[in-house]
Amino acid sequence: MNKPILEMRSITKTFPGVKALSEVSFGVARGEIHCLVGENGAGKSTLMKVLSGVYPHGDFSGEILLDGIPQRFRNIADSEKVGIAIIYQELALVPEMTVFENILLGNEITKGISIDWNETLKRAKEMLARVNLDVEPATRVKDLGVGKQQLVEIAKALSRDVKLLILDEPTAALNEADCDNLLDILKDLKRQGVTSIMISHKLKEVIRIADTVTVLRDGETICTLSATEGAVTEPVLIKHMVGREIDDVFPKRKHERSSEVVFEARGWNAWDQTLGRAVLKDISFKVAKGEIVGFAGLMGSGRTELARSLFGNPDEYKTSGEVFVGGQAMRFQSPKDAIKAGLAYASEDRKGNGLVLIQDVKENITLANLKALSRRGTIDDNAEIKVANKYRDALRIKTPSIDQKVLNLSGGNQQKVSIAKWLYVNPRVLILDEPTRGIDVGAKYEIYMIMNDLVAQGMSIIMISSELPEVLGMSDRVYVVSQGRITGEVSAAEADQESVMRLATM
Amino acid sequence: MIIADLRKTLRHNIRDYGMYIALFVIMAFFTVMTQGIFISSRNISNLMNQTGYIAVLAIGMTLVIVIRHIDLSVGFLAGFLGAVAAIAMTSWGLPVGIAIPLVLGLGVLAGLATGLLVAKLGIPSFVASLAGWLIYRGALLMVTLKTGTIIITDNVFNAIGNGYIPDIFPEIEIFDGMHKLTLLLGIIVNIWFLFRSVRDRKSKIAYDFEVLPKGVFIIKLVFISVLLLLITWNLAGYNGLSWTIVIVLFVVVLYDFITQQTVLGRHIYAVGGNPEAAELSGISVKKITLMVFGSMGMLAGLSGILFASRLQSATTTAGTLFELDAIAAAYIGGVSAAGGVGKVTGSLVGAIVYMSLTSGMNLMGTDISSQYIVRGAVLAAAVIFDVYTRKAKR
Repeated sequence: MNKPILEMRSITKTFPGVKALSEVSFGVARGEIHCLVGENGAGKSTLMKVLSGVYPHGDFSGEILLDGIPQRFRNIADSEKVGIAIIYQELALVPEMTVFENILLGNEITKGISIDWNETLKRAKEMLARVNLDVEPATRVKDLGVGKQQLVEIAKALSRDVKLLILDEPTAALNEADCDNLLDILKDLKRQGVTSIMISHKLKEVIRIADTVTVLRDGETICTLSATEGAVTEPVLIKHMVGREIDDVFPKRKHERSSEVVFEARGWNAWDQTLGRAVLKDISFKVAKGEIVGFAGLMGSGRTELARSLFGNPDEYKTSGEVFVGGQAMRFQSPKDAIKAGLAYASEDRKGNGLVLIQDVKENITLANLKALSRRGTIDDNAEIKVANKYRDALRIKTPSIDQKVLNLSGGNQQKVSIAKWLYVNPRVLILDEPTRGIDVGAKYEIYMIMNDLVAQGMSIIMISSELPEVLGMSDRVYVVSQGRITGEVSAAEADQESVMRLATM
Repeated sequence: MIIADLRKTLRHNIRDYGMYIALFVIMAFFTVMTQGIFISSRNISNLMNQTGYIAVLAIGMTLVIVIRHIDLSVGFLAGFLGAVAAIAMTSWGLPVGIAIPLVLGLGVLAGLATGLLVAKLGIPSFVASLAGWLIYRGALLMVTLKTGTIIITDNVFNAIGNGYIPDIFPEIEIFDGMHKLTLLLGIIVNIWFLFRSVRDRKSKIAYDFEVLPKGVFIIKLVFISVLLLLITWNLAGYNGLSWTIVIVLFVVVLYDFITQQTVLGRHIYAVGGNPEAAELSGISVKKITLMVFGSMGMLAGLSGILFASRLQSATTTAGTLFELDAIAAAYIGGVSAAGGVGKVTGSLVGAIVYMSLTSGMNLMGTDISSQYIVRGAVLAAAVIFDVYTRKAKR
């Protein structure tokens, strides 16, 4: 048996309130392609951050051995020094610089104190040849497509004599041809003796390329499978990935669904101008009054893009298709229009674009509907306090006072503030994007209860979630999204996690 | 007990009170160094009149910085618009009652032009307003090219920068030599302030909100009242309230009301605090940006009027570096470059601090080179203080 190049032994990493990794062991043999799979939040990225020194030694417990030698990384530079290179989904290239400048960036070849451009160019060309990329080295990176940029990034890693190449969902943003090419190049690099670790959600890819697959679930190593034994098939992987049963953490509600359709999208497409590719293709769905409709799918599948493009399109995608609210065709120019028509969108990124963190609870709750509180433009302070107190009590937001800045609240309470903001607008359709991300079990249950209350009152909810048990436990119907398309519609009562995961990884 | 409460309150609100403490220290220092000339009625009155044209710019700039932008064009815009006012009255023969609204309107248009570049085309405000800086500088030189300095003869216009509000009952013998209307107004404002403070506190207690401990609250009221009355007494000892002070106070009260009490104000702070969240909450970031730049332009017009009126003329260099003084005043007044934080009242105090330095050092006979260094050091200190206190809070 091949001596392992990497061994990670009983790695445990905790965040405040959450155990992200628990006694994880992970070994990689020399010269193999090792895939790491698991649901969102299973701990894959955290494990790779431990490996690459993003979380320094002492921040976690356990050992890392590279070529049998224990390693103590204080930062990313330390791990790079010993030959570990990690390539993230968001590429770390300087768009305005040329390809060859980027490849040798931070690793410049110098002659005396000046850069040796001839040597730089020569070396960049060698690296480009290794990744089979035929572009003029003087091209600016911004003029390349995402697929080629990815290869430049790999070339950059190779220029540093990488021993271990880590790719975090490298194909998530690529089209099919670019995907194929990338996988071929990984195999090529394997022949050249490079060991790679690839995180991926696309199981077909994994099966095609992996020598070994490790499955993580809930921060634990579930199993390591060798592809040579023919043990790796989609159903096997899915079973290991999902693994757990839906326990009774979801409050029941009475089903009195009406057939009145309050929201409908027909043939909805969106084109991202900065990425230069379609993010949504021919999406059609309906939402009935008092219904919770789930949108399942993996990260990057296009669910958030769907919600945002429908909600007044603040990202300015090029969109086409039809939207109906209460049977009437609508065209929203901005989120303002969408709110007016009765939509609300609680963002998945609470801190980034959901809340104004430096303002207090009260100001955040009333932000989207200040008109209701004001006479001739002047805010009625007392009325505002009453409203804020009402929602604080109704949603049981734990805060010393409504004057508290939102940034001092816990994740669960921030989420409640975000929901409260939209309840005060009283929408017909509430879009909740990852409503329970990063919050603890108790707070999750309370948010589920709030959702049930709302649909009982006749509101409709679109719930986007990466947690399969949650989507299946809370929704009436579930649409599964993969790569910008709806790949299936299932009834939550009948569907199981395996079938949804199969649709999501299509 | 009270001392402990006081210390705690000061520590918690050091960011808000720091500026007032700084102002107090600076004024005390100059008073001592000039054997009391600095605090004389005459000097304070002059100081306030000089602060006026920077203060109104600083107020507008506060909002611009709150929404994470900057406007460099306003100095020469003020100078140019001052010249337009002068020409309108002297060459075109327009009455002052038309010339002033005209200039303010032109200011709004100029501000909207910068705002359009920023909001609609996404040009960085630094660049867009730098273009304005050049253009208005050229425009100012162009309109004053033939005549050089334009002398303004309109008495009403000149009163804005040099005149004082009329007195009542000058024949009554009590408070002889004092400006009695100023005293009366000061007392009324003070009573109104006390009434409001007590009412606010009561309503906060009714809602179970955190309020200052009673002892500290009383100390605060007494302190501010004494300060207010001292300022009133001081001003009344010379010619009373100048029209400039009245105008600046009106602008401050208006803008403080808009920013603190209205939907528009709330939207401005939300855009500054998190533009994406604001947009998703149905607030048009573009519209807010336009309005803030429009208001900045209008205040630049007002600043130009105040300055031209004070000099009783429009000069070729009017407005030079006003924009940087206004920005400095806003930062001294506690505006945060990260956006979403800063009050117009703070910027007013910032402007007074800034102009006090100039006035005090002039009285001391400090040479101009040292003056710049001191002003720079105070600005740096204010920003360091701001960063430091913000970190300490976390």
